[in-house]
Amino acid sequence: MMRTIATVVRRDLLLAFRQRADVANTLLFFVVVVTMVPLGVGPELNTLRTIAPGIVWVAALLAAILSLNRLFANDYADGTLEQMLLAGEPLPVIVLAKAAAHWLVTGLPITGMAVLLAVMFDLDAASTVILIASLALGTPALSLIGAVGAALTLGLRGGGVLITLLVLPLYVPVLIFGAGAVETAAGGLSPQGHLLLLGAMSLGATVLAPWAIAAALRISLE
Amino acid sequence: MLEAIDLECVRGERLLFRQLSFRVDAGTCMHIAGENGAGKTSLLRILCGLMTPAHGEVRWRGENVRRLREEYWQSLAYVGHLNGVKDDLSAVENVHFAAAIAGRSGSLARAREALAALGLAGFEDSLARSLSQGQRRRVALARLFLADAAPLWILDEPFTALDARGVAVLTRLIAAQLERGGCVVLTTHQEVPLPGHVLRLDLRVAEPVA
Repeated sequence: MMRTIATVVRRDLLLAFRQRADVANTLLFFVVVVTMVPLGVGPELNTLRTIAPGIVWVAALLAAILSLNRLFANDYADGTLEQMLLAGEPLPVIVLAKAAAHWLVTGLPITGMAVLLAVMFDLDAASTVILIASLALGTPALSLIGAVGAALTLGLRGGGVLITLLVLPLYVPVLIFGAGAVETAAGGLSPQGHLLLLGAMSLGATVLAPWAIAAALRISLE
Repeated sequence: MLEAIDLECVRGERLLFRQLSFRVDAGTCMHIAGENGAGKTSLLRILCGLMTPAHGEVRWRGENVRRLREEYWQSLAYVGHLNGVKDDLSAVENVHFAAAIAGRSGSLARAREALAALGLAGFEDSLARSLSQGQRRRVALARLFLADAAPLWILDEPFTALDARGVAVLTRLIAAQLERGGCVVLTTHQEVPLPGHVLRLDLRVAEPVA
């Protein structure tokens, strides 16, 4: 099982590397959305400091959704997905590996980039650490939950809009606790509860989402 | 080994076939013939377990394949209408990853050997996007070379886009599979001399359901 996971992750990372432009677009989108906000809201430092975590989190959600159709659509079009469905290894294991690879090329770099964006919004060191921790703990849930939506809308006309409508409501709890973590800390309370809940969501998604993704893929490929 | 029992398939408004039963024994090649739209690909997808039949079941060694799942797929190699070849991977990477994900053991050296057997020596490290249609088909078929432990091969139009030499190579692969006691189920429009004991199944284009 570990060998299958390693193989699929390696394959998807290699493909992501060969299609670097696609991956870079997602990250660029994330940065551009975040940098647009000060231009719209105005350069009032205190306002920006307060809204920064929320902005970063919303941009992370949008960037995650934007990258979702890359997850299965290409494999579906060239028939490799069909082969994965007929593999001797359980499909939930394979899709878990695919979601992990997706997180490595979106969630992880987004988390890293947030350090720079935090500086841009003049967040203090303590808030930055909490923001990064919340992203690191929460973004795996985004990849996993999003993969369920991507699997369900596979091969549908207008799947791009549908996936947004399907997945965004499911992202709400992650957004609330992700952005809430920094605000709680700013209010003088411990952000631990928020971070633990984020971690729990990601762990829960790791256990449950692969089964849902596998079932959705089998339906989509009927 | 492979049994179809009372299969029925409905696509959209059309009943493609019903009460279809047959058995493919070890060492047998089954050739499914029929015009376009007769339901050949649908039948193959049902046999693979990718599609659920409207009625009936497929059995492998006496057990329903929908219950066997991974156990059945371990004994199955399927080359579909789509090649299952990634444009951004090289030929050898394609064969190697496909074998590893399917759960078959196979080193990179074996993958190179498979490509050489299919006449792709010298193209191992070219990206699949730079290969011709026929060469991609050969990359897809190279998976069969590594699937010699799988007793059941299901091939959807394996001869399309292949040149005379490619056809000969594939025919040899099929012959070797039958000699090992495996079975092969395939569809083809070309009149290819198939080796061994060949069963023929003709599907007719169905009338729309009233």
